[in-house]
Amino acid sequence: MDRRDLLKMIAASTGAAFVGGNAMAWGLKVPATDPAKVGLSKDDISLMSEVAETIMPRTDTPGAKDAQCAQMMAVLVADCYTPVQQQAFKDGLRKLNLVSDERFDMPFLTLSNAQRFELLNDLDAQAKEYNAERNLWGAVNQRANSRDADDTDPLPHYFTMFKQLTLFTFFTSEVGATKVLRYVGIPGKYDGDMPYEKGDRAWAT
Amino acid sequence: MADNVYDAIVVGSGISGGWAAKELAEKGLKVLMLERGRNIEHIKDYVNAHNEAWNYPHRDLATQEMKELEPVIKRDYPLNESTYGMWESHQTSPYVEKKRFDWYRGYHVGGRSLLWGRQSYRLNEADFMANAKEGVGVDWPIRYSDMASWYDYVERFAGISGSRDGLDVLPDGQYQPPIPLNVVEKDLAKRLQKAFKGTRHIINGRSANMTEPKPEQNRVNCQYRNKCWLGCPFGGYFSTQSSTLPVAMATGNLTVRPFSIVTRVLYDKDKKRATGVEILDSENNQTYEFKSKIVFLNASALNSVWMLMNSATDVWDGGLGSSSGELGHNIMDHHFRVGASADIEGFDDKYYYGRRPSGFYIPRFRNWGDDKRDYLRGFGYQGAASRQGWNRNVAEMGIGADLKNTLSEPGGWSIGMTAFGEMLPNHDNKVYLNKAQKDKWGLPVLEMDVEIKENEYAMRKDMMNDAVEMFEKMGLKNVQGYDADYAPGMGIHEMGGARMGRDPKSSVLNAHNQVWDAPNVFVTDGAAMTSASCVNPSLTYMALTARAANFAVEELKKGNI
Repeated sequence: MDRRDLLKMIAASTGAAFVGGNAMAWGLKVPATDPAKVGLSKDDISLMSEVAETIMPRTDTPGAKDAQCAQMMAVLVADCYTPVQQQAFKDGLRKLNLVSDERFDMPFLTLSNAQRFELLNDLDAQAKEYNAERNLWGAVNQRANSRDADDTDPLPHYFTMFKQLTLFTFFTSEVGATKVLRYVGIPGKYDGDMPYEKGDRAWAT
Repeated sequence: MADNVYDAIVVGSGISGGWAAKELAEKGLKVLMLERGRNIEHIKDYVNAHNEAWNYPHRDLATQEMKELEPVIKRDYPLNESTYGMWESHQTSPYVEKKRFDWYRGYHVGGRSLLWGRQSYRLNEADFMANAKEGVGVDWPIRYSDMASWYDYVERFAGISGSRDGLDVLPDGQYQPPIPLNVVEKDLAKRLQKAFKGTRHIINGRSANMTEPKPEQNRVNCQYRNKCWLGCPFGGYFSTQSSTLPVAMATGNLTVRPFSIVTRVLYDKDKKRATGVEILDSENNQTYEFKSKIVFLNASALNSVWMLMNSATDVWDGGLGSSSGELGHNIMDHHFRVGASADIEGFDDKYYYGRRPSGFYIPRFRNWGDDKRDYLRGFGYQGAASRQGWNRNVAEMGIGADLKNTLSEPGGWSIGMTAFGEMLPNHDNKVYLNKAQKDKWGLPVLEMDVEIKENEYAMRKDMMNDAVEMFEKMGLKNVQGYDADYAPGMGIHEMGGARMGRDPKSSVLNAHNQVWDAPNVFVTDGAAMTSASCVNPSLTYMALTARAANFAVEELKKGNI
């Protein structure tokens, strides 16, 4: 019997003598908060969008803007960050423009792509040093919700927050998973000895 | 037959409850299965089954609001968007932690059979004799030989994939072909054998994920999506919904009643028999009684114990089964979250296709054969080797196109494994009713007083150091041991509280899982365990349940109960 027939059979079976009804199964949802409620303005999200695109630019595959990273970053800041993280993140956006002003005498949004790259690449190096001094080695791979509201550990550098959120929202997006990485919804089999050539994309999940 | 009268009542619909219902209904008994939570219909109610991270409002991350609402579930992996609502909320079902105890519960039809890890191993001959040999707890009233044919029976039906490895420490069963090891794991298996002269083994995990279809059960083999905890629309893994429930329903002998919180077993003190159960309907808050000749308690270890404590209190203050002085005592779990990780050089030209729901297993080797340690019992490892994904730290790279290209390709191979250790039964590890605190239905809640002790702490040192040593001897790089700390309950393998034994003065259940003080009451979930072994326990609950159900029907026929 092929899989389709079997699936039909399954769908047709399992009836029965249940007393009482169905309520919700799985399906419980916590809706996304409007980022404005935690003080993230449209301008902030525009800035985040350009930062994300500089970190994960469109190349021969889609980039952070294509994956709408900034919108999801804002949702994660609003709902998965603690208030302390939210403040540090928002302060980070202000600091970014200050750094940009100091270096180029212009806000970040008016910089050229090359200037943006130069600025953020330097910030990334600074952030690594900053985190290392505080023993925050894995910060860029930590999930957005890893802190509890009452945690008092030091926070990573603000640029690490930008980078973590960018990478996470990019590669967990449908665009990132299906157009940048490889995604197969129903593999159907396991091959533990598949040839690999340099350049082949990684599996999304 | 009156509406509220059945031959048998099964309390709980998870792994063991589903088996009890199936076995009893197949043998012709009219069965009522009571479930305290809502119904979940196979396939139709697996609403997240095809979702990916991008389908959830927060990419499957728990929000801070969820973390505040769920102070227990948030302590480990179960709190996320994809299973939100499946793990019982502390808000509606509170309990008291004298000592920290992480209790992860599935209050719905199917229970944790929908959420379980599916690793399926047999206890070995020594497991059933260790207590007696070492003077720990009480002796199991049964031996491996009592269980072997029942393991065969439940494995064949459930669909367990695995390899036959011929190891005494991990008896072989009735398996479908194994879920394959990948090319790196196979190589490491050879290196381990060589490094330890054949005393340690990397074998295929044995899992209740099928590799061959079971058309007679309308079940398709595993599709390698690794999304089992969302409910499998293919019936690829064993759950109540995919496996036992349809068969039980097909007999026409089973009625399932969700929203039915069993508050106590009804007990006739003159006949020394249960007469049925009392339930609280959680939808209308009404109390009902259902009568039956036999009662199977399969509500999960701690809830079955809770029910016994609430029953026959006019005869025994401590409840049905408390005459032993052991009801609620000897609570066990598997302690874990300790192991090692490492990088593997080479194999850059190798990758894999598909997402396995199970990895490799290293069976116990400590205190086995000639090995002797300064603690009792042992542990096994579960792990996997894989290529790193985008969420790896590429410290030397900054940002931009180069980073994107690098992260778009798989990283090097790495391996991780976690030890699962046996926890000894100890009278001091207990749960009891806290009558000062009530849940929303006015029912007393459980209070937990359980901890790991010297034996487990001593074992944990080996659990980490052995992992490190094995990885080093396999020639792996960047070997890092870890102990991420453990609190009882985190293993989600709660056991004990109504142990089986040979003497009513020191055990709650006899060799057939009958409550000594009420032989028509059977407890065949984790509560019955006399010792924990170090292997995942659910397969043993299945075998105990099928065995006890068979015995119960024979005894009914003989008029003994």
